[in-house]
Amino acid sequence: MMETLINSLTRALLRDDRWKMYLQGLELTLMIAAVACAIGIVIGILVASAKVAAQGSGNPVLRALNLLCEAYTTVIRGTPLVVQLLILYSLAAIPNGLTACFIGFGLNSGAYVSEIFRSGIQSVDIGQMEAGRSLGLSRGATMRFIILPQAVKNVLPALFNEFIALVKETSIAGYIAVNELTKMANNIKSRTYDFTPFLLAAAIYLILTFMLTRLQKRIERRFAKSDKDR
Amino acid sequence: MGFDFSLVIPRLPFFWTGTIVTIETSALSLLFGSILGVFIGIMRVLPFKPARSLAACYIYVIRGTPTLTQLFFIYFGLPALGVNLSAMASGIIGLSLNSAGYIGEIVRGGIEGVPSGQWEAGRVLGLSYQKMMRFIVLPQALRSMLPAIGNEFVTLIKESSLLSTLAITELTMVGQQVRSVTYASFETFIIVGAIYLILTTVTSMALRLLEKKWSVM
Repeated sequence: MMETLINSLTRALLRDDRWKMYLQGLELTLMIAAVACAIGIVIGILVASAKVAAQGSGNPVLRALNLLCEAYTTVIRGTPLVVQLLILYSLAAIPNGLTACFIGFGLNSGAYVSEIFRSGIQSVDIGQMEAGRSLGLSRGATMRFIILPQAVKNVLPALFNEFIALVKETSIAGYIAVNELTKMANNIKSRTYDFTPFLLAAAIYLILTFMLTRLQKRIERRFAKSDKDR
Repeated sequence: MGFDFSLVIPRLPFFWTGTIVTIETSALSLLFGSILGVFIGIMRVLPFKPARSLAACYIYVIRGTPTLTQLFFIYFGLPALGVNLSAMASGIIGLSLNSAGYIGEIVRGGIEGVPSGQWEAGRVLGLSYQKMMRFIVLPQALRSMLPAIGNEFVTLIKESSLLSTLAITELTMVGQQVRSVTYASFETFIIVGAIYLILTTVTSMALRLLEKKWSVM
């Protein structure tokens, strides 16, 4: 029993320096997640601002923009990521799978992040806006100095969850021939013919999400501190 | 660049069969996932530490690893242990086990959301734990959980696209097949995406109607 375990671990990890393949896969996984997260946050902020600005506004440009953003979030959240990646991958303008991943995962998380930001802004009590306005601050200044700092704090846990979900979702990138962690495990499995590579990949994801959750808790505690001091 | 749907349109019946498989697999996974999820959710709040830890562990692993890795493990990995499942069985089992993890958390949240006065009332009336859970807490919890479980269905419709990696001919796989014949990738997957969009939109609209009908207020 012990011997077979060691045997399969040797085959899955040591022979032909296979452990390097997991690291290469992990690198791509993290790279896609990080780039997509950055793109997602930028898109999320833009879309959320457009949606919030359009709320209760009669400006036709804003209304049109809002409609556009609404369509974006509906389409992205209503279709599977795999299909989105396949559509991007089939475009002639996209040079390779990795670029398709950056754009695809970025656009995808942008839609989810924008909803997180929107609900975060709306969760700040309306009295805060009224207070800012009655102090003579402009709408933009109230948004920037009073609403957003509070919203960011509310939003942080959800944003972190989105990033953790993103790390796991990158496993789909193998679908369009990007050698991320799951794809690498699959490649190794095609040599070893057993499930050890998948177990190892799963363990790596688990450690990754575990560390991210720890980080998330720590940051949340740090933010909670300023609440208690008040 | 010009788009040409003329090659894809005649193959729409294939898309229809794929859509049926997508709906079937996600509905079955939701069914099995819900059954298992309710058990896990209950285990999660039992006044018995080992059961709680076991359920917590299950949820932790399921939510901490990608769905795709789980599917690969079941379909490509388990045969090494002598467990040979068909692609369809692996897919449905994988998705069910996966959604059970998420539904387990939903159920736990629902149970914990029932005011503690309900438990106390049950105890005062002399009911056993089992009876309190079954007749007082769960019925109330289920009602508050329905929207979240509905969302899980929408998620499952989308996640079932992963089953194409196991060569199950659901919608995305049909898209792959049509593409390999027509070479019209973009047009094919735009149609596939549109069908998913219709599926998820109709589902969420139906859910909203149900919620309104079943709402307590």
